[in-house]
Amino acid sequence: MIEKRAERWQRPSRQLPDWTDDSRPFWTSGADGVLRINRCADCGTYHHPPAPICHQCLGRAVSPTPVSGRGTIVSFTINHQSWMPGLPTPFVIAYVGIDEQPDIWLMTNILGCAPEQVAIGQRVRVVFEQQEDAWIPLFIPEGLADD
Amino acid sequence: MTDYGEKRTAITGIGLSEVARPSSKSGLALTVDAALAAIADAGLTRAEIDGIATYPGANWDRSGTSPTGIPELRLALGLKPDWFTASRELAGQLGCIFSAVSAIAAGFARHVLVFRTLTEASARRDLKGATAHGAGRDRVIGIHEWTAPYGAVSGAPFFALHAQRHFHDYGTTSEHLGRIAINARANAVRNSAAIYRAPITLEDYLASRMIATPLRLYDCDVPVDGSVAIIVSAADAARDLRRPPLKIDAIGSALRARDSWFRSEDLTQTGAADAAAMMWRRSDLTPDDIQVAQLYDGFSIHTLMWLEALGFCGRGEGGPFLDDGRRIALDGPLPVNTGGGQLSAGRLHGLGHLHEACVQLWGIGDARQVQGDPRRAVVSAGYGGGFNGCLTLIRE
Repeated sequence: MIEKRAERWQRPSRQLPDWTDDSRPFWTSGADGVLRINRCADCGTYHHPPAPICHQCLGRAVSPTPVSGRGTIVSFTINHQSWMPGLPTPFVIAYVGIDEQPDIWLMTNILGCAPEQVAIGQRVRVVFEQQEDAWIPLFIPEGLADD
Repeated sequence: MTDYGEKRTAITGIGLSEVARPSSKSGLALTVDAALAAIADAGLTRAEIDGIATYPGANWDRSGTSPTGIPELRLALGLKPDWFTASRELAGQLGCIFSAVSAIAAGFARHVLVFRTLTEASARRDLKGATAHGAGRDRVIGIHEWTAPYGAVSGAPFFALHAQRHFHDYGTTSEHLGRIAINARANAVRNSAAIYRAPITLEDYLASRMIATPLRLYDCDVPVDGSVAIIVSAADAARDLRRPPLKIDAIGSALRARDSWFRSEDLTQTGAADAAAMMWRRSDLTPDDIQVAQLYDGFSIHTLMWLEALGFCGRGEGGPFLDDGRRIALDGPLPVNTGGGQLSAGRLHGLGHLHEACVQLWGIGDARQVQGDPRRAVVSAGYGGGFNGCLTLIRE
């Protein structure tokens, strides 16, 4: 059901990331349905985008760490302009702050509802869209059918 | 006040190529036109140009974002510099001016030719999507890794995210942003070199096509083909030139905020505030002393947020500060983007704002000249994304 609704607002193709060793875990984490964000084992701070060192304590013990995948919309825009061929509009681009550390924002698309229903402060949860070897984290409103 | 290096430098000449949508000239041809105009404007000869700086250096792609670099220009004009540089990781587009200042203060050069060239109008004519970030690549790299997968392939959605949050937190409205677009157009009406010169009303603005909520077409700058050149000289070498030197009073290049292109640390106050704070620390001027402001307008929201960052009003107060556009009008207390800015005159990427500040301080603005013989100006370029810079100019 979710998938059906998501499809309605989904773009048919995405530019995929040519990831680095640092970012590969983020883009492949969704294979088991879990979002992972880099976290420092020494001071507990999460970081995004992933880097090989903690910017707070300069600790090296950073690793992709499972998070709940729940968060809140910090800001959003309904994009109406087709910037390149193969980019159907409208679609929603948003920043989502994750529950574990709300200053970690993920740029994402909001699916599963009409663009005009999206709002700052809205609760959302992660879903993944597989394309080739990438699992793109996207977000849908909390409280949809199988939530 | 400390004798900071920039106070021993001055702008001595400016040049502008044809600005068109599109131009029939190549990027190099436009650059040559602007460079020769600036050298002549300063009263210099090409043999006296001993430094060259540009942002960002040639991009060898089809985007038109920077078709021309120093190597081609140097060869085309037979320049023989002692020092030259191009860099893309800078405190905004004015960073190439800051580089020139640094070179002069260090004694590497006496007269630096600074230029910025774009052919984005031609690029768009030739290839749809040419200027989208990561265009033409199967997979996206670098900073685009975090944005292009989500269709955020232009500046518009990024700054829409800033604007949406500003609206949400402070009650800023489309009518506020509209005043910035209307002001730019009103000034462009008086500037024969501007691209769009038909006046617009608030109704026209509100009826313009939505690009990325809340930003409309008229909130977005206009891609053009064109080139700007600026001569930065050592102050002691500037006195006997053709125009009264415009002292670079203070520069602002600081970046404390953890901003990157795909997200700023704080959507309603970016590192622009850091750059502004540094600039005022290095100046005897205060915002009240400024008579002309050329504030970056890649999008209208940039100008509003620069007004706040520079301390012309408090944080979040940019909308009401505009006073229905009266305050920033050509005959208002703080004339802003007097040539039409990037929104109406064309996207010359910050260096156009600096060019216009010089026009105003030299009193050569013709129909758009600010009255009262202005001597003190502020210029800002870039906004957010870790890409901000500003400076003050004084005609003594």
